[in-house]
Amino acid sequence: MDEEYDVIVLGTGLKECILSGLLSVDGLKVLHMDRNDYYGGESTSLNLIQLWKRFRGSDKPPAQLGASRDYNVDMIPKYIMANGALVRVLIHTDVTKYLSFKAVDGSFVYNKGKIHKVPATDMEALKSPLMGIFEKRRARKFFIYVQDYKENDPKTHEGMNLTRVTTKELIAKYGLDDNTVDFIGHALALHRDDNYLNEPALDTVKRMKLYAESLARFAGGSPYIYPLYGLGELPQAFARLSAVYGGTYMLNKPECKVEFDEEGKVCGVTSEGETAKSKKVVCDPSYLPNKVRKVGKVARAIAIMSHPIPNTNDSNSAQVILPQKQLGRKSDMYLFCCSYSHNVAPKGKYIAFVSTEAETDNPQSELKPGIDLLGPVDEIFFETYDRFEPVNEPALDNCFISTSYDATTHFESTVDDVLNMYTLITGKVLDLNVDLSAASAAEE
Amino acid sequence: MASSANKNINAKLVLLGDVGAGKSSLVLRFVKGQFVEFQESTIGAAFFSQTVAVNDATVKFEIWDTAGQERYHSLAPMYYRGAAAAIIVYDITNQASFDRAKKWVQELQAQGNPNMVMALAGNKADMLDGRAVAPEDAQTYAQENGLFFLETSAKTAANVNEIFYEIAKRLPRLQQTPNPSGMVLVDRPTERANSASCCS
Ligand SMILES: Cc1cc2nc3c(=O)[nH]c(=O)nc-3n(C[C@H](O)[C@H](O)[C@H](O)COP(=O)(O)OP(=O)(O)OC[C@H]3O[C@@H](n4cnc5c(N)ncnc54)[C@H](O)[C@@H]3O)c2cc1C
Ligand SMILES: Nc1nc2c(ncn2[C@@H]2O[C@H](COP(=O)(O)OP(=O)(O)O)[C@@H](O)[C@H]2O)c(=O)[nH]1
Ligand SMILES: [Mg+2]
Repeated sequence: MDEEYDVIVLGTGLKECILSGLLSVDGLKVLHMDRNDYYGGESTSLNLIQLWKRFRGSDKPPAQLGASRDYNVDMIPKYIMANGALVRVLIHTDVTKYLSFKAVDGSFVYNKGKIHKVPATDMEALKSPLMGIFEKRRARKFFIYVQDYKENDPKTHEGMNLTRVTTKELIAKYGLDDNTVDFIGHALALHRDDNYLNEPALDTVKRMKLYAESLARFAGGSPYIYPLYGLGELPQAFARLSAVYGGTYMLNKPECKVEFDEEGKVCGVTSEGETAKSKKVVCDPSYLPNKVRKVGKVARAIAIMSHPIPNTNDSNSAQVILPQKQLGRKSDMYLFCCSYSHNVAPKGKYIAFVSTEAETDNPQSELKPGIDLLGPVDEIFFETYDRFEPVNEPALDNCFISTSYDATTHFESTVDDVLNMYTLITGKVLDLNVDLSAASAAEE
Repeated sequence: MASSANKNINAKLVLLGDVGAGKSSLVLRFVKGQFVEFQESTIGAAFFSQTVAVNDATVKFEIWDTAGQERYHSLAPMYYRGAAAAIIVYDITNQASFDRAKKWVQELQAQGNPNMVMALAGNKADMLDGRAVAPEDAQTYAQENGLFFLETSAKTAANVNEIFYEIAKRLPRLQQTPNPSGMVLVDRPTERANSASCCS
C-alpha cells in the first residue's frame, strides 16, 4: 500500500462504495479501506450470530430461530423507490447485473389508531376506508389533477403556478380535510414534517407522481423494491464495480489514520505502520471524528417474529408510516418488515424494524406505539445511534465526509449526498438521465 | 442459482485462488480462446457468460472473476452468493498457492451453497520444469473434500474446456431454487419482460 493514489476512501458504507465506484469508473486510482472485516460499515446486513454478538454479547442465538446464515438483517433498513434516484444510479453504473430485486408487498399508513393501505391513485382513493364518501370524491379529483399535471404543459396546471402556490393553498382548492392531508403528505409525498404545507406545491406534486409511477412500475402492492439478501448487497455491488475498474480493496485495516501536511491538507492515510499517499480522502464520519458534529439521534427496535405485521394483509414485506401528528410527535415513525420472500430470514420468520428520530431522553419508550403494532415477538433488540454531519471545509483540507444515515433518511437524500460529494471531489456533475421507461425488470 | 427450464440451465460460476494462479487467464481462454503472457488485469471486465452444450442440457455459465478483490482478502459475500459452481485455482509451480487453495475451499464450504459443484484446477501445467505440487497430492485432497481435479494450462489450452464441461455435466439437472427468484433491473428495452408475474 506504500503507493500514491488519486483518492483514498475509508469505510465501505453505501455512500462510500457508490463514490468509490464512480471515481474508479472515471479512471481515478482508488484505494478503499475499512477497519472492519466486512463490507457495509453502518449499512451492513448481519447474520444471526453477528446480530447476537452485537446486541447480546454472545455468539449463541437460540436454535429455534434457524440457521444463522439464513438471516440478513439490515442495520439501516430502507426500501427503494422503484423510479427513485437510487435506481437511476444503479442503472447508470450498470451494477444492476450483480443484484436481484423483488417488489415490496405493501405500503401502509397509520391513521386514527389503525393501519390502512396507502391509496395512491384516484381509483384507490375511491375504495379507501381512510376517507368518508364525500372526502373520497374530493380526494379523487385531487389525485386526477396530480396524475395529469405536467410541469411543461400549462394546460394541465389549471391556472395555478405551483412554484408560487403553496401546498396548503393547492389542497384548500380541493377542500381536503386534515386527515387526508396527513396521509398524502407523509405516506405518499414522504415528507418528514409539516413544513411542506407552506412551501411551493410543485415539490409535493412531484413526489406524489413519483410514488404513483413507481407503484405502477412493477404492479406490486407498493412503489418500493428491495434487493434479495438485504440492503447489505448494495455496498458490495458498488465495491465490486470499483474493483472491476481497478480500485484496490483492503478490509480489516485497523486505525486508518488520516495524515495532514503543515497547511492542514490531507496527504495520506496510515494503517499498520504503512502510509498510502493521496491528496484526497473520502470517508464516513467515524474516520474523522474531529471534523463532524452530532446533529441527532435515531432510536430503533429490531424484532424477529413468526408472523407478518398484523393488519398488513399478511404482507411478506411491508412499510408502515406513522405520521408525527398521529402520535403527537415531531417526527414520523417507520415500521419496516421483510422476510423469507427477500431471503433475509428463514421460512416462517419475519424481521421487523421500528425507527424514529429520538426526541426524549428515553428513546426506547418513544418506540412503543410502533412496537405495539407488531404483536408478539420472538426476540427484540433496542438501539440508538448518533447522527453526524461534516463541519470541515473540503476546499481547505480535501476531506470529503459523508453525512450519517438517519432513521428518517431514505435513499433520495443518500443519493443527493453522494452526488454533491462527487461534484466537490471531481468538479463534475453526474448526469443521471437514464432511460427509466426503457428500464424494466427481467426475470432472472 | 442454477435453474432449469427445457434443460437450459443458468449457472453462476465463481473463480477463486491466489493472485497470479491464472484465474483470469483461464476465463479468457475459455470465453475468448486467447492467452496473453503478461497481461495487466483487464479493467472493466470481470463478468462473462459462455454457453456449453452437454448431452442433455445447455448450460449458460455466468462467470464471475474476482476483480482483484482476493488480493487483500476482501472478496464480498455477494461473490459466493447463489454460485452453482466454483473453480479453485492454484499454480502447480507454487506450493503456497496450493495451500491457499485449501483455504478457499474451506471458505466456500462455510459461505457457499452446499450443493455447489467445486473443481480444483492445478494451472500452469505447461510449466513442468517448475512443478512444486505433485498431482497425486492434489488428487487426494480433492477426493477427500468432494472436489474434482484437473491440471490445466491457460497457455496451451489443455483441459480448459474440459473443466467447464465437466462442471456442466455435474450440475444438478433439476435444481430447486430456494425461493422464487427476483428480478434484475435492466436498461435494455429488448430484455423487457412482463414483470408483473415475477414479483409476486
Ligand atoms: C425503516 C424505514 C424508514 C424510513 N424512513 C423514511 C424517512 O425517514 N423519510 C422518508 O421520506 N421515507 C422513509 N422511509 C420510506 C422509504 O425508505 C423511502 O421513501 C424510500 O426508500 C425512498 O426511496 P428512494 O430514495 O429510492 O426514492 P425517492 O426518490 O427518495 O422517492 C421518494 C421521493 O420523496 C422525496 N422525499 C421523500 N422524503 C424525503 C425527505 N425526507 N427528504 C427529501 N426528499 C424526500 C424524494 O425527493 C423523492 O422524490 C422509510 C422506510 C422504512 C422502511
Ligand atoms: N505458463 C503459464 N502462464 C500462465 C498460465 N495461466 C496464467 N499464466 C500467467 O500467470 C500470470 C497471472 O495470471 P492471471 O490470469 O492474471 O492470474 P489471476 O491473478 O489468478 O487472475 C499471467 O502473467 C499469466 O500470463 C498458464 O497456464 N501457463
Ligand atoms: Mg485476475
